[in-house]
Amino acid sequence: MTSPTPVPGQLASYWEFILENFSQLVVATLEHAEIITISIALAVPIGVGLGVLITFDERLATVVIWLAGVMMTIPSIAMFGLLIPFVGIGAEPVIVALVLYSQLPVIRNTYVGLTDIDPAALEAGRAMGMTRVQLLRKVQIPKALPVIMAGVRNSVVILIGIAAIGAFIGAGGLGTFIFDGIARANVPMIVVATIILSVLALAFDYAFKVSEQVFRLKNGEQIEPSRLTRLIQRVRA
Amino acid sequence: MITFENVTKQYEDGTVAIEEISFTVERGTTTVLVGPSGCGKTTTMKLVNRLEDPTEGTVYRDGDPISEFDPIELRRETGYVIQEIGLFDHMTVADNIATVPRLNDWDEADIDARVDELLELMDLPPETYREQYPTELSGGQRQRVGVARAFASDPDVILMDEPFGALDPITRENLQNEFLDIQSKLDTTILFVTHSIDEALKMGDRIAIFDVGEIVQYDTPQAILNDPKTAFVEDFIGSDRPLKKLKVTNVKDVMSPTTDGFATTSGANSAAEMVQSDGGESVTPLTPTDTALSALSRLVESDHGRLPVVDDDRVVGTVSDEDLRQCNRGVQQ
Amino acid sequence: MSEIVSGFEYLIDNFDEFLTLLQQHIALVLVSELAAIAVAIPASILAVRNARARRVVLGVGNVAQTIPTLAIIALVFPLIGIGFWPSVIGLWAYAILPIITNTISGIENVSDDTVEAARGMGMTDWEVLRKIQVPLALPVIFAGIRTSIVLNVGTAYLAFFIGGGGLGLWVVGGIQLYNMPQVLAGAIPGALLAIGADLVFARIQRRLGGESDVNNPTAGAA
Repeated sequence: MTSPTPVPGQLASYWEFILENFSQLVVATLEHAEIITISIALAVPIGVGLGVLITFDERLATVVIWLAGVMMTIPSIAMFGLLIPFVGIGAEPVIVALVLYSQLPVIRNTYVGLTDIDPAALEAGRAMGMTRVQLLRKVQIPKALPVIMAGVRNSVVILIGIAAIGAFIGAGGLGTFIFDGIARANVPMIVVATIILSVLALAFDYAFKVSEQVFRLKNGEQIEPSRLTRLIQRVRA
Repeated sequence: MITFENVTKQYEDGTVAIEEISFTVERGTTTVLVGPSGCGKTTTMKLVNRLEDPTEGTVYRDGDPISEFDPIELRRETGYVIQEIGLFDHMTVADNIATVPRLNDWDEADIDARVDELLELMDLPPETYREQYPTELSGGQRQRVGVARAFASDPDVILMDEPFGALDPITRENLQNEFLDIQSKLDTTILFVTHSIDEALKMGDRIAIFDVGEIVQYDTPQAILNDPKTAFVEDFIGSDRPLKKLKVTNVKDVMSPTTDGFATTSGANSAAEMVQSDGGESVTPLTPTDTALSALSRLVESDHGRLPVVDDDRVVGTVSDEDLRQCNRGVQQ
Repeated sequence: MSEIVSGFEYLIDNFDEFLTLLQQHIALVLVSELAAIAVAIPASILAVRNARARRVVLGVGNVAQTIPTLAIIALVFPLIGIGFWPSVIGLWAYAILPIITNTISGIENVSDDTVEAARGMGMTDWEVLRKIQVPLALPVIFAGIRTSIVLNVGTAYLAFFIGGGGLGLWVVGGIQLYNMPQVLAGAIPGALLAIGADLVFARIQRRLGGESDVNNPTAGAA
């Protein structure tokens, strides 16, 4: 079987596809963003909570981070397959899987952000009469925020890709177009959906990068801020 | 006032850091804890703000056992400076200094005024340094901020653990001098830990010399130099004890009252021209607050057997090598 | 639990087919991974030695890393076609990235003092690279290969959609037919394969003197 090749001459068929399916594409993109948003909204409190918890016990930290790491190595198709008997099909198993997949970057970055701190600063804080909670709130968390943000950013990018595969078990979103496109050998469908998906990933990545940079600048770190970050700084000032 | 009464501290792993230590730090004085590393001096200091608690014995603050204080409250009333400084790198200089006042819910306007006052005191112009981050400062500037932070809420007691240990010699010397100057204007009780006997002799009103977990001598710098109680102390001071003694002694305490023919001239432009010997030669004079060591240095390089001491434009006495030797009589066996 | 047992039964009953699928799966992973290593490491070395190449490689790499795996597999179909080799090319393209980023950062993170000391002893740039930087960067490079191969085992499931075969056949087919034992019989071995590869490479990485996973935050400053 030879496959069709997208050449400039076929550009018209891409336009046609976009115009014909515009509203469905918008809906699929929104669905995709919705699944990601729900998953991240669930995943971040769990991951940050666990990350904070394991700062109290080093052995627990090793175990939890190892488990989260194992979770992440499970192939997404296999993970969906493992979840279907228990959660069924549709968006639910995909969201469960996404929450599980996002744990490693969030937990580990929270843990590292909170513990990778100048021990002298911690001692000074304690000696100045900060309580354990004040130390966390005033010293550790502000210092850890950009690192946690980097973990969330990392998660989100991974999740957008996995959520696309989730379309296969009925979660909806942009993956639906890609799978349909492959099944029907509809090249414009594959290419357009793939491009939107990639742009979505890049957009989320950029948004989180900017928020990470805002936190870093707030902590007085010397970084080269992106254009949007600089704009936000200027608006805030 | 801080009192240690038979204090022993044993860590969970069994090491005994200090054993049966007793001493008293008078209000408004600087007491230096000095000794080789691992002798228990830092542990002793940490007992004062309850970063550690004693296994046995009692530490008192102004007569009350500190076990009755809430550790958090206690620490907010106790300044703390360490060698690694421990500035919060994610906060500006001003926010770092304002840490304890904020914990104590001061008014923001008061905090601002206090931060500026301390930055001025530490020779860091507020308009330049307030909004800088610690990573933008040099080592010496960082430690100035560390000291300012410790003074922020005007604590009665300040604990300092090798505060100038990581600085280059010139910066260290400057900060020591400025700190002595600040301390002389305030009524703060200071507990200062160092491993350098020179720093101890310079900074301390009293010095506690530590040897593996106990205080072997607790005395004024002069008394320690005059009369080291054990071979360890003598060893720790080193073979240049007479010179150290001269360094902690002022010219006014060794000079002879005789003016020996020196007189001030009128209309002199500088100190160097001010005093003339009876031979009509100009001699740069000493002042009463110069150290005896600098007097010795000047004697060695001068042609004169005696140097004049001038106070308020008047020759008040002279110093000769014999006077310096007198000063060291107690030192040499 | 009964699901897992029935999945196991399905696997035993169809063991010959399972071995064929597993072979295909491993072949996809191994061929694409070896090709990725063969391209990624020279490309990284080139990037380290040439500022413009570095900018291009890292720029393309960072963007490409955010593109979903499904997107890459799906694009192979119209661009190259279907079957084993197109699948290998898709997997290869995705496997290169983690190795490149790790190799570059591994080499660049060798301390300047060490490099200067080596130069001071009269080593040429090439000798510094071969005798000092690459050996010291080896744990980090292996960490990249580890990430890459684990991802690859998972992505290889998607190869089924473009006719590449592998364990995806059972999982995808099982889901379509709602045949849960078949899904599990395809999913569990793949999960174990990925976890196993991860453990083996973690051990190699540690033997090479790499850091533990616990204190290794995922980067994001770039």
